[in-house]
Amino acid sequence: MNDPWFSAKNLKLLTEPINSKNPITVLVLGICSALAVTVKMKPAFVMAVSVMIVTAFSNLIISLLRNTIPNRIRIIVQLVVIAALVILVDEILKAYVYDVSKQLSVFVGLIITNCILMGRLEAFALGNKPWPSFVDGIGNGLGYGVILIVISFFRELLGSGTIWGYRVIPESYYIVNGGFYENNGMMILPPMALILVGVIIWIQRSRNKQLIEE
Amino acid sequence: MENLINIFIRSVFIDNMIFAYFLGMCSYLAVSKTVKTSTGLGVAVIFVMIVTVPVNYLLNKYLLLPGALTWLDESFATLDLSFLSFIMFIAVIASIVQLVEMVVEKYSPSLYNALGIFLPLIAVNCAILGGSLFMMEREYETVTEATVFGFGSGVGWFLAIVGIAAIREKLKYSNIPKPLRGLGIAFILTGLMGIAFMTFMGIKL
Repeated sequence: MNDPWFSAKNLKLLTEPINSKNPITVLVLGICSALAVTVKMKPAFVMAVSVMIVTAFSNLIISLLRNTIPNRIRIIVQLVVIAALVILVDEILKAYVYDVSKQLSVFVGLIITNCILMGRLEAFALGNKPWPSFVDGIGNGLGYGVILIVISFFRELLGSGTIWGYRVIPESYYIVNGGFYENNGMMILPPMALILVGVIIWIQRSRNKQLIEE
Repeated sequence: MENLINIFIRSVFIDNMIFAYFLGMCSYLAVSKTVKTSTGLGVAVIFVMIVTVPVNYLLNKYLLLPGALTWLDESFATLDLSFLSFIMFIAVIASIVQLVEMVVEKYSPSLYNALGIFLPLIAVNCAILGGSLFMMEREYETVTEATVFGFGSGVGWFLAIVGIAAIREKLKYSNIPKPLRGLGIAFILTGLMGIAFMTFMGIKL
């Protein structure tokens, strides 16, 4: 109880999910949206921030309520909390970044079924105090966001020749304009996102031998 | 009858939940280490799909759609509650998953232990919510059609997870670079399977 707010233990909760306990590449949670929203960087970034906010606050709320929720109906209670937060995020996105909200379309709603949320609530918030749970939520949101940004960076650069909507590969290089370059159409399609995640896992595990599965 | 077979074939192969829409990836990757547990999870998903899709279909038709409440009173003819569909569907799904969890815990404790956290996670399996949302989007005419669609989607998901589990069991004997073992190669395999399944997308029965 007497832990300082930013003790070493709490900081670890914040940094571990970014690398050695990453929700996507190590815990295998929240893959569906990682595939669907990473064609361009901007929606991926907005999605990552939305997920971080929802994870942090749902962790906080469930952790505050953890001693009063009957075990048998916990899933429904958790889903109601998540759904309410997602509706809030959806309304805020519609109000302030309408164009991105339109691009994300159903995937903001599908945050409700993002396994990161449920996984963290079941595995962490139900058994820990509110502040560590909140930090854990932020940390997992960050870990999710890092992977999303990396995947969308490569998919946008190689698939559309732009970064964050700005053109990187000049128009005159393209074959249609008499140049030599062509976008890789595969990058836009979902299977390529899977293969990119596979490659990221490969790189991460060759750097961190402890994660290798036997 | 022909129509029902058509819906079934479409939902199993052409609109496959995993390879065409990439829904339900989390449990698909995490529980596909052995054929036995993945069969268990696949059957659980089929069961939840068969129950939730028709229930959500009826709720949508008689409670949420514009004018759906006229069976209650003529004055509700203009009422449109479809904005509530998300929260309604997820509540139905969550309660049915809780029910399945209790049944499995009682009758098959070994399966219950093997599935672990992924049984409650069926509630947030995107394939299940996706099934209900596609059912709404494609506007099936009868409850039978909706049930067949739910069954077909479940079977498609089942086939995909059993397929990858079988491949992963064989992979134990192959010499993969160490950091790629396990999850990494599973992702790349799914990507390749997805490219193969993209060939089904153009087929129309």
